[in-house]
Amino acid sequence: MSDDIDVNVEYLTRVEGHGNIEVNAKDGEIEKCEWQVIEAPRFFESLVVDRDWKELHHVTSRICGICSIGHTLASLKATEDAMDIDISEQDKKLRKLALHAENMQSHVLHVGYLALPDLLDSKSVVPLTETHSEEVKTVIRLHKLANTMSDVVTGRTTHPQRLIPGGFTKIPNERELEELKEKLEDSVDDLKAVADLLENLAPKIPDFRRETEYISLTHEDEYGLYGGDICSSDTGTTDVDEYLDITNEYTVPQSTAKYTKNNRESYMAGALARLNNNYQQLSPMAKEIAGKFDLDPMEYNPYMNTIAQLVEVVHSVEDSIGIIEELLDKGLEKQGEYNSPDIEPKAGRGIGAVEVPRGILFHDYTYDEEGKCTEANCIIPTNQNHGNIQQDMEKMVPEIIGKKPEDEIELTLEMLVRAYDPCISCSTHYVDIDFVE
Amino acid sequence: MKPEERPKAAFFDFAGCEGDQLQVANLEEKILDLLNIVELVSFREVMTEHSDDYDVAFIEGSITNSHDAERLNGIRENADVLVAIGACATIGGINSIRNVQDFEKVQERVYGDEREHYEAWEKAKPAKAVVEVDYEVHGCPIDREEFLHVVQSVVMGREPNIPDHPVCVECKLNENVCAFERDEFCVGPVTRAGCDSCCVNEGAICWGCRGLIDNPNEEAHEEVLEEYGLTAEEVIKKFDLYFAWQQEAREDE
Ligand code: SF4
Ligand code: SF4
Ligand code: SF4
Repeated sequence: MSDDIDVNVEYLTRVEGHGNIEVNAKDGEIEKCEWQVIEAPRFFESLVVDRDWKELHHVTSRICGICSIGHTLASLKATEDAMDIDISEQDKKLRKLALHAENMQSHVLHVGYLALPDLLDSKSVVPLTETHSEEVKTVIRLHKLANTMSDVVTGRTTHPQRLIPGGFTKIPNERELEELKEKLEDSVDDLKAVADLLENLAPKIPDFRRETEYISLTHEDEYGLYGGDICSSDTGTTDVDEYLDITNEYTVPQSTAKYTKNNRESYMAGALARLNNNYQQLSPMAKEIAGKFDLDPMEYNPYMNTIAQLVEVVHSVEDSIGIIEELLDKGLEKQGEYNSPDIEPKAGRGIGAVEVPRGILFHDYTYDEEGKCTEANCIIPTNQNHGNIQQDMEKMVPEIIGKKPEDEIELTLEMLVRAYDPCISCSTHYVDIDFVE
Repeated sequence: MKPEERPKAAFFDFAGCEGDQLQVANLEEKILDLLNIVELVSFREVMTEHSDDYDVAFIEGSITNSHDAERLNGIRENADVLVAIGACATIGGINSIRNVQDFEKVQERVYGDEREHYEAWEKAKPAKAVVEVDYEVHGCPIDREEFLHVVQSVVMGREPNIPDHPVCVECKLNENVCAFERDEFCVGPVTRAGCDSCCVNEGAICWGCRGLIDNPNEEAHEEVLEEYGLTAEEVIKKFDLYFAWQQEAREDE
């Protein structure tokens, strides 16, 4: 096996980020090992300036189609924080359902359509429709359930229509919630089937460990997704208002995306970070599934992020059933067809943080007294993970060089990036590789 | 259609959020209807394979620098049919908000001192500002059914049925209470219908994501404008979330 390698995996340009992996080695010595991210700027922090407080969530939802519910919620929370707007307990519960729907949508897409093919030695899900049609159908059913949930709660599967500052324009009725609950209950068999399938494939998950810092929200009453404090596995909890002390953005020459770091060279955000920080608050069945994979804190294998996503899907299903039961037990408070809360805009700064599929997300807005935005800052999870991907590669490449054939090295590195589930098209790829002897 | 007769189709993304490709992935079982009429050779949302041999190219996102433009030109050369999907690609979309902002400030707000680091045009452009576009699927995001309808039309070589009347027409049919009646502002009177006024049905307003109708001065919804004492131009100017590029193009005419 050669000790000279030149891996250059190029992901074609895309917006939220396209990533290249570049690794060169000579005589087993690594000359270059880089995770490069090229981002075409879309200038969201400027697009919102001078716009009215009622429009910001509509604009920032467009940062990412997959995380559009999360961006909308972080945006609304920032606006509500700036203007001291309270929302009802009922609306808070409905928002949590919306967030669960998005987590399920995104995680199922990643686990089922993107990660599974790697483990089944397939280039993509398309050939699997023939070789593993039952499994693919199961994945499609789960994905569809998540989309239905998003429709029922937010009005649309991508870019929600009903979420507004102060609550919802429109809410689902009790019958719709009943039906949704039944569908969620019926999905348990499908969840178990996917878990069994992955359990059988688990030996194929690369065995690589690196201790790092994990950052997520944490909440005293629940598995923190919609709210709480910032939690670092190294430094403990911090108020969301102090988020800049945690993210510490910086730039690197090989990337146009901004990186972040806190206590170490890098930290990880996302499902594995949440699970490491908040494992005890997972639902019973989620813990059971995690147990099948020996997944409990502290888990230092980044590839296990995919399994953590599966565990979170189970948690989202169980927790959503519980939320719907609470809503129905109490009886839905009716609201008009065109609800628009009575809000007087005022000047101020507000910060909103939520957990989205890929990790912790921050929106930070400042408004003038008319409710026009004067300044904005958004820090997305994918960018918070770039530094950690780099650190993982630097540890892993020397461990596998000369021990694995070149194509396996390439696949292992690609799978690493995919495990972080960066943004959707970062996780699939066009490959352009040169190996030199 | 026999499998071997299906045209080959590929998706490409530029400056956008990939919400439109996600809508296609969200077709769920209906994706099989799509696969019956086209052969997907590139679709990054769910597949890793890629081929440069395609007949139909779907373009998502806006064109924002010379690198994008070069890539789009290459795609145009390769494809027999080019379809722009989503507001970013058809009218500049949300990205075009910055077209009316001072570009130096735009860069500074986002990148501070490091603004020279990135190549970006002052204005975000839709695909048709750079190459010839054969078909358009409007919306932010696109509507799944309309997407299927346009693809069917492309394959059959027919003109798709895309409305050129304002959203108000659909909204009235849906018997919604008008946003103006609720003290909100709405661009439904000048926005192209075809979405079944879905946002208003959900209790919100029409934000204008499907872009202006071809001739807002003539074809805007008279009744609504009259009732609330507005002109088409006033509506467009007051709420230009999606209209900046189109407005500039109209003014240039
Ligand atoms: S048109 Fe809307 S949904 Fe499509 S890419 Fe642009 S922002 Fe995303
Ligand atoms: S102005 Fe808006 S709410 Fe009123 S009828 Fe037209 S589309 Fe409907
Ligand atoms: S109602 Fe307006 S904003 Fe909503 S989808 Fe239709 S055109 Fe777009």
